[in-house]
Amino acid sequence: MATTASADFDVRRNESLGLRLQHVLHSNPVFGPLAVLIVAIIAFSIVNGRFLTATNLSLVLQQVTVIAVLALGQTLIILTAGIDLSTGAIAVFSSILMATFCTKGGMPGIIALVLGLAFGTAMGALNGFLVTRIKLPPFIVTLGTLTIFFSLNSVVSNSETVRGTDMPGLMTWTGNSIPIGSFRLTYGSIIMLLLFAYFFYALSRTAWGKHVYATGDDVESARLAGIQTNRVLFSVYTVAGLLYAVGGWILIGRLASASPNVGVEYNLDSITAVVLGGTSLFGGRGSVIGTLIGALIVGVFRNGLQLGGVEVVWQGFAIGLLVLVAVSLDQWIRKVKT
Amino acid sequence: MTTPVLEARGLTKRYGRVVAIDGSDLELYPGEILAVIGDNGAGKSSLIKALSGALIPDSGEILLDGQPVHFRTPMDARAAGIETVYQTLAVAPGLDIADNLFLGREERKPGVLGSVFRMLDRGHMRSEAKRHMSELGVATLQNIGQAVESLSGGQRQAVAVARSAAFGSKVVILDEPTAALGVKEGNRVLQLIRDVRDRGLPVILISHNMPHVFEVADRIHIQRLGRRATVITPKSHSMSEAVAIMTGAAEPPPQAA
Repeated sequence: MATTASADFDVRRNESLGLRLQHVLHSNPVFGPLAVLIVAIIAFSIVNGRFLTATNLSLVLQQVTVIAVLALGQTLIILTAGIDLSTGAIAVFSSILMATFCTKGGMPGIIALVLGLAFGTAMGALNGFLVTRIKLPPFIVTLGTLTIFFSLNSVVSNSETVRGTDMPGLMTWTGNSIPIGSFRLTYGSIIMLLLFAYFFYALSRTAWGKHVYATGDDVESARLAGIQTNRVLFSVYTVAGLLYAVGGWILIGRLASASPNVGVEYNLDSITAVVLGGTSLFGGRGSVIGTLIGALIVGVFRNGLQLGGVEVVWQGFAIGLLVLVAVSLDQWIRKVKT
Repeated sequence: MTTPVLEARGLTKRYGRVVAIDGSDLELYPGEILAVIGDNGAGKSSLIKALSGALIPDSGEILLDGQPVHFRTPMDARAAGIETVYQTLAVAPGLDIADNLFLGREERKPGVLGSVFRMLDRGHMRSEAKRHMSELGVATLQNIGQAVESLSGGQRQAVAVARSAAFGSKVVILDEPTAALGVKEGNRVLQLIRDVRDRGLPVILISHNMPHVFEVADRIHIQRLGRRATVITPKSHSMSEAVAIMTGAAEPPPQAA
């Protein structure tokens, strides 16, 4: 970086502050969300002294964990210029399948878990198949599978919640925590952080990651450059399905039950986290670190507004505004002149 | 006479009732720049696509070093040593120069890091990228880690040409490499094309730009109505004669080259 900087900045010395900011954000897209997160944390801790306590922060992290895992899968798909509306449906249906395998199937926890993860992966693979082989737009594919998975979810679960106490301990293990002082770090959060670390590595240090970015940037160019774009896309949807199923497992721990009636809002929440994290909906730009920050922004805002006494309905309003600002910012950054 | 590096014999491609190429021939000899010119719809791109594996001809044959080859995908042609720079450049704007140079054939680290963790050898790819770029005299790019979208049109073209020259072992095909460029950048790319030839790689250049064609080409293949009308050289014919043959205003002379 340092070597270009000298040459680049010579040209741009006379530019306005705004243009320079545009360039900085263009080359470091994580800076924007990170600034928002830090400002929000500072603001909320000034408004309410309880915000910055270890107890409250561990609550924020727990609240964010499931959405963050789902948003990780969503990030992979959005990086390929796709979109996944079936995120929450796959997560919840997977959690119901795991619970049902335990209760009605009488399976040991580990078998139920592995089967549940396999089913989630298969659901993602179905999306990938429809996108790459039948050549349908991801929006339409996942709109369809969203409805199908939620419907199957109701059939399998009979619309009944399975209590955590009726399941083997492994199912709710993700909700257990390690105390660090008065901060409680759940195993679910640890899994989430490890997944982010892994996918950060996979996207930035492996050929697969480069191919994901290239495919999202311009699918035709990527194909001409010799990338098997359909294989890349299929792998992305399949891996996302697995991640959603992991999210479903963590969800059981978080709720201490498997409920078929949650998760409708997870689809859009995951997209919100991705967009707030600076990943472009047009594909090819963004990072999983941004998504983690994006998910934390949502969590911090919801929690901070709650502590500040703002009603739930207005919390949604605030998050919605944030999303619009983030997308406008993305458009502005993309118009960067070189 | 030497064997052509790449030869097409009687290639035909029909799309329904439309005949894109109609028994077209082409020969590319070692160490030359062969320009392919022709009016719109003359079948230039179909011919080139057949040679680069992007299109499967209905009939006819393609010979590489005198041996018949059958390309079903662009990857087949690449594996055989034919690199194509498409008009759209096929670069990923968001990735940096080194990533783009190695796009689709990334190199992994040796040992466990590469085989198990599939870690890319970024250091090696970057130094190789730098070497390839400077071998072609494109050392003006300060940073190999610069995103391609921050480059000018000519610099992007240079990246694409460098990629084909770095990995092409037999033939480099360039589709309209100067079309979107200004005068200065266009001339830089022409020099780049000569450099590629002088390093021993024969080049097929498809272009609409007559001055550019007459400046760099050793021979000029004129495509008309789906087949080869004739082959001329910049010395044997003038630019206006070439255009006349191309448009059908003049009878094609017997092959002059």
